Amino acid sequence: MRETTPREDLIRGIWKENPVLVQLLGLCPALAVTNTVPNAIAMGLATFFVLTGSSLLVSLVKNWIPSEVRISAYILIIATFVTIADLVLAAVVPLIHKELGAFIALIVVNCMILGRQEAFASKRPVGRSLLDAVGTGTGFMIAMLMMGTFREVLGSGSIMGYSVLGENFEPWIVMILPPGGFLTLGFILLAFGWWKERQTEAIRVRQWPHGVERRWRDG
Amino acid sequence: MGELFWILLSAMLVNNFTLHLFLGLCPFMGVSAKVETALRMGLANIFVLVMTSVCVWLLNTFILVHAPYLRLISFIVVIASFVQITEMAIKKFSPTLFRQLGIFLPLITTNCAILGYAIFNTNRGYDFLQGLFFAIGAGLGLTLALVLMASIRETSETANIPAVARNMGLVLIIAGSLSLAFMGFAGLFTS
Repeated sequence: MRETTPREDLIRGIWKENPVLVQLLGLCPALAVTNTVPNAIAMGLATFFVLTGSSLLVSLVKNWIPSEVRISAYILIIATFVTIADLVLAAVVPLIHKELGAFIALIVVNCMILGRQEAFASKRPVGRSLLDAVGTGTGFMIAMLMMGTFREVLGSGSIMGYSVLGENFEPWIVMILPPGGFLTLGFILLAFGWWKERQTEAIRVRQWPHGVERRWRDG
Repeated sequence: MGELFWILLSAMLVNNFTLHLFLGLCPFMGVSAKVETALRMGLANIFVLVMTSVCVWLLNTFILVHAPYLRLISFIVVIASFVQITEMAIKKFSPTLFRQLGIFLPLITTNCAILGYAIFNTNRGYDFLQGLFFAIGAGLGLTLALVLMASIRETSETANIPAVARNMGLVLIIAGSLSLAFMGFAGLFTS
């Protein structure tokens, strides 16, 4: 693996390798519970906590885990943190806990968390693993907030329960229903694709301003 | 009998695991490029779901009544070890089937559909037979969604799609339309 600086470890997960928007990991919670902003925030925080906690613990004990059973060991560690998060949410915000339901328990099988343990925390020192977990967790949070805002504004015309689009707005019910999750993420990815295409186009124009290569590209 | 049939139909069409509850999205995105592999993945899922339903029933009836807070941890451990054992057993008794399933079998451990099934099953308090039919329905629903998705993707491969849409964005939009279509089944139960 190429050596990275601490700063790179921290900011990589936030945007450039965003777990949801770029790597398409952890889609299940990102689509299922982003129908309102509060749900998205609660899920984002819970996942952030589980990811940081398990990254810390895994990188602390990595030398004592035999490599044959490492995946099971990681899953056990993650499941422990998820149980903590589950009980804490049930005690602090019982209403949101009820709405999120089984999806809190399902953080265990979020491939993003297991992926970070396998790819990073099991090989790197504690501090770096923590930075990586904080970056990736923040990236996840940003994606959840993006999805949650889009869906709540269009689906119920409000943010965090406060009306923003006025009374004459006819809510797009479909956005808070399951298809809305797929469509929102789909359109976000299409927008990213369009933006990337424009960037490469701009670079091309800068390199060959006379446009001679156009026919090569299309051919 | 009628109730069991409704449990199966509801898990398969109305509350479809993939298109309505977003469970099992990894295989849905990952192995839905070809109809044949999608079908195989679906069958492997049905098999594991049915076996899980037996395990979950045993756990819930005999062990977890004494220690409910261990639910999540014991579920995931049992699922992981169970998939491992199934893999070894199939490898020993039917090498042909093992070769056909290939990488899909171990991947099922981290498939949220299986854990999701275990949790939903417990939350709804199903007995053994109800749980079994719920598992079959959920498995059939996953298979249906996978095969539909794979057929559409195979067709769209030859279509003239703008360069911008040639990423997962298109797959998600297709999934959204499928999900919209499946919402039509919600009317099955109001009458």
